[in-house]
Amino acid sequence: MKNFLSKIPEQVKRLSVLLVIIVIGFVVVTSYLVPKDFGVLGHYRASAVQSNANKEMHYAGQELCASCHEDILKTKMQGYHKNLSCEVCHGPSLKHTDEPDQFKPNKPRDRKFCPICHEYNPSRPTGFPQITSASHNQRKICVTCHNPHNPTPPQTPKECEACHGEIARTKSFSAHADIPCTRCHEASEKHKLMPREYLPTKPVKREFCGGCHATDAKSAPEIPRIDLATHEPRYVCWQCHYPHLPEAK
Amino acid sequence: MEKNVIELNKKVERRSFLKKLAVFALAPLTVRILAQDEKFKKVKKWILDNGYVPSDHKWGMGIDISKCIGCGRCADACKNENNVPRDPFFFRTWVERYRIFENGDIKVDSPNGSIDGFENIPAKEKILRSFFVPKICNHCENPPCVQVCPVGATFKSEDGVVLVDSDYCVGCRYCIQACPYGARFLHPVKHTAEKCTFCYQRIVNDKLPACVEVCPTQARIFGELNKKASPLVRFLRMNKIGVLKPSLNTEPKVYYANLDMEVK
Repeated sequence: MKNFLSKIPEQVKRLSVLLVIIVIGFVVVTSYLVPKDFGVLGHYRASAVQSNANKEMHYAGQELCASCHEDILKTKMQGYHKNLSCEVCHGPSLKHTDEPDQFKPNKPRDRKFCPICHEYNPSRPTGFPQITSASHNQRKICVTCHNPHNPTPPQTPKECEACHGEIARTKSFSAHADIPCTRCHEASEKHKLMPREYLPTKPVKREFCGGCHATDAKSAPEIPRIDLATHEPRYVCWQCHYPHLPEAK
Repeated sequence: MEKNVIELNKKVERRSFLKKLAVFALAPLTVRILAQDEKFKKVKKWILDNGYVPSDHKWGMGIDISKCIGCGRCADACKNENNVPRDPFFFRTWVERYRIFENGDIKVDSPNGSIDGFENIPAKEKILRSFFVPKICNHCENPPCVQVCPVGATFKSEDGVVLVDSDYCVGCRYCIQACPYGARFLHPVKHTAEKCTFCYQRIVNDKLPACVEVCPTQARIFGELNKKASPLVRFLRMNKIGVLKPSLNTEPKVYYANLDMEVK
């Protein structure tokens, strides 16, 4: 054994002492520096999950609002806003649930708030109720006519719009806005009483649209024209163009 | 005769060999069967203070593009809930507007992350189609941001949510570079990485993330991925589902319905 040790060169002995010190030093330092919970669940501090969960909440959630404001929820559940959470309009209100008198949630009343969702924007999905606020009762705030908890506007039934509101709304944005429904549909008086028994007519022929849009049609010059003979002759117009919103593609 | 004896010996050897083979093959199997028995399993679960067990859950989000109206309430609610700096460029979630032109050009914009709404499209633009795409951290199953973190400050929690340990983050910004979805940013005051946590403080308390809570058209669906009754599983079943940048193999847990091919 002694013979073996004496065979090791002097510099190797010294270096190995240094190596042992470095290794021990590394182990000691890492045991102090690496947090105790590091690596319990993975390559991270397990307590970081808790600190993420401890962050402060601001939104209460509709269920909590409903526990006091049951009456409003009941109204809301009957209208088009039934899927809206209260805090979409009233803002984050968890504080209000702790101190109902100290902290009052927002009540947006100006004409800028509702158009955030309802201003006309062609990128929005078709059928979503939209207005052009510049031409929509400019001097009134929205809540004078629409109850935000049940926003169907109070209106006297108009001829077709009374039932076909969605189509009328879509049409009102389109180039066909000024064309009355009766230009294309013929509805008998009985349709109002028994709508499904007496259906209104629908134009079926390409020539009907061609009445305005054909190259030789006698209509206003700004109306877009197509050549009926060459423009996709195998299809009927409404297969590609939605007549109530012909701009949609 | 001698020849026969040798052949006999060979037969015995083969039989004993096969026996040994069978024992060696079955031994690990038996151990495995025993290990699956509850008695032999070590049950260790990390539990949060309120009794929430991360390993019992697997969260994900569904986004229906055909329902998004681009109102930006989600981005606004996210900033309220998580104290995200109000300046533009700091977003945990935001909404992009895609405009696909007749000549094939694609324009994507998101002014102030959609919080202030979008300008109307000028009538002269020849647009084929246009729609809104809400974006959020995809909470990847193979998160590139976690792979690159040099200190282990960002990690995938047991419930599948990718979180940031802001006390441990050194602010090196590697994760911001690594995220293919641009879902991370550096907090201007704390100088640590920030990202969507699915509102972790809310989901551990049985509440929905703020963006899902306020979405007025239910374009966002949140729920469990491994529970059949969850609204998210129903959403995945009822819709054709796409994810963003599937070629990167990050396996996102944010699933898009009616996703256009052009969306990146």
